[in-house]
Amino acid sequence: MTELSAHLPQFQHGQLTENFPDTHLSNTNDNSERRRHDNSERRRNDNPESETNGQPQNNIQQVVEQDEEEDEELTLKYGAKHVIMLFVPVTLCMVVVVATIKSVSFYTRKDGQLIYTPFTEETETVGQRALNSILNAAIMISVIIVMTILLVVLYKYRCYKVIHGWLIISSLLLLFFFSFIYLGEVFKTYNVAMDYITVALMIWNFGVVGMICIHWKGPLRLQQAYLIMISALMALVFIKYLPEWTAWLILAVISVYDLVAVLCPKGPLRMLVETAQERNETLFPALIYSSTMIWLVNMAEEDPEAQRKSKNSTYDKQAPASQTQNEDAEADDGGFSQEWQQQRDNRIGPIESTPESRAAVQALPSNSQTSEDPEERGVKLGLGDFIFYSVLVGKASATASGDWNTTLACFVAILIGLCLTLLLLAIFKKALPALPISITFGLVFYFATDNLVQPFMDQLACHQFYI
Amino acid sequence: PAFGLFLFTIARDPLRIIILIAGAFFWLVSLLLSSLIWFIAVKASDPEDERLQKGLLIFGVMFSVLLQEAFRFLYYKLLRKAIEGLVALSEDGCSPISIQQMAYVAGVGFGLMSGAFSMINLLADALGPGTVGIHGDSQLYFLTSAFMTMVLIFLHTFWGILFFHGCEHRRWWEIAAVVVMHLTVSGLSFCNPLYVGSLVPSYLLMAAAAAWAYVLSGGSAQNLRRFLLCKC
Repeated sequence: MTELSAHLPQFQHGQLTENFPDTHLSNTNDNSERRRHDNSERRRNDNPESETNGQPQNNIQQVVEQDEEEDEELTLKYGAKHVIMLFVPVTLCMVVVVATIKSVSFYTRKDGQLIYTPFTEETETVGQRALNSILNAAIMISVIIVMTILLVVLYKYRCYKVIHGWLIISSLLLLFFFSFIYLGEVFKTYNVAMDYITVALMIWNFGVVGMICIHWKGPLRLQQAYLIMISALMALVFIKYLPEWTAWLILAVISVYDLVAVLCPKGPLRMLVETAQERNETLFPALIYSSTMIWLVNMAEEDPEAQRKSKNSTYDKQAPASQTQNEDAEADDGGFSQEWQQQRDNRIGPIESTPESRAAVQALPSNSQTSEDPEERGVKLGLGDFIFYSVLVGKASATASGDWNTTLACFVAILIGLCLTLLLLAIFKKALPALPISITFGLVFYFATDNLVQPFMDQLACHQFYI
Repeated sequence: PAFGLFLFTIARDPLRIIILIAGAFFWLVSLLLSSLIWFIAVKASDPEDERLQKGLLIFGVMFSVLLQEAFRFLYYKLLRKAIEGLVALSEDGCSPISIQQMAYVAGVGFGLMSGAFSMINLLADALGPGTVGIHGDSQLYFLTSAFMTMVLIFLHTFWGILFFHGCEHRRWWEIAAVVVMHLTVSGLSFCNPLYVGSLVPSYLLMAAAAAWAYVLSGGSAQNLRRFLLCKC
């Protein structure tokens, strides 16, 4: 994201400079980079967050054998709860994006394009437009692939500082610059007078708290809220700056790429997961949305490196998977660490993140057995998934002739896709890409609703027939 | 009111939310297919002929009703399988959600989706400037649309219960009755803008369906009396 914001003004001024090589990389591989970054950062700092990610992995390994049988039951038993835990933030993000698109006209005006999509779509012939959009999509996808591979390479060679700095700058730019623009546009729309000092104060507070929440410690709800907000901001940027056909093509190609990257043995995301697993690190929390996360400060410090063993391959796989999905924005899909969560829960039982449970867990001997955080069985989803879902729904609401019908149809389609993906996750118990199924459903429903259902419903409403 | 139903009865249990969304999804797919058929029919016919268009529209509506019921049946099958899975996985051998609850939730899902699709563009337009019925149409357009949508949502809920009950106990006449009722209600809506013809019978049908579903769900006049008098 940082990269994008850095390039936007440049592009609009006609320059194509690359001031920040780091951030440049981080833009496309933002999510993955961030994840790596956070991962390495946490691993080194032994943060409670990494604690929560790493410790359970260690502990889980030990208990995983005994709880194999129980896994199945608990998986599906708590499956519904997890699905809802993911429904709510995805819904919130989409609602924010749709609401903004509908009210603030800034995001539907064409003010130029990103440098990643140099070909314009205002061409004379349809064929030329198609060609341009294909080229645009190809360029974007190749940038993303390059970024992902770069991220994997950096991760493999332990250049954590680079990744760390990259992610910090990315989130800085996102939190400050984009939200400043967003706030400005909202004020313009509602004709609210505001002075610079107040705005500066607000943005400063918002940004600083966001940085702390996402990269360090903070209340879970606040962190989730911040992640949702930055996903929405990123999605809005995409909706604004990607031309029509390019956007749809990119969505389609990204889901294919996601599928390939996660499931193929040589895929970068998979390698990322496996590497992280070997080092038993957590993937960047700043790029992953986690439905529950409790940080036990005390426990975290006691987590020695020795405890980390490459065990939870599934968790790692999931995290990288989600990371790769998040090239665009900071939102890396944290991947579905559901099974990891489940295993952890199996080990210590589903524990509510209450002070009592925390105290109870803290009171337990801090060996690998029980010293994992009382993180409730939660699910992790990469922020990139959030972003792309919101892009799809936002574009549907912005540019569809069927308007709300299409938006609603895409929304339901994406939720169902998410359900199915989680179901598959529960069945296969390994890292899965979250994008393909949902995006496919969303695209199918968008085009179908826009072209087929809309005329039908219009006619029905005209005559006031009811079906 | 439908949204209130949702909040009070469904929002608590995540499983119900999933069933609701899946129900909405099935309705959506049925709508998609039926509009596909209609679209093909329209493209293949003469766009100038008003009566033909209207006739095609009516045909489309009927076909859509049949498709909706077919999808309701498919959804029922899916839920049966899901219940078996849930029972197998639960600890104490009984499913966390009964088939009647599922029927109710599925009905609400269908209804919500159908209502949303019918109303939401209207609502969005209602926010904007304009006068209702300026071209000589009825001025009550919004009101009647709202009422009709509400009655449809409720009807879908009740039909869901009736339908699933019929499938459970293999009473084919129940299923047929649901289909016939649906066709009737849609057909009545063709009387619009003669609102008396469409709204009143629809409400009567809804009351009948409500009573039937209530009885099927194990209620009785006694229960009703106790509930209304707030006894425990």
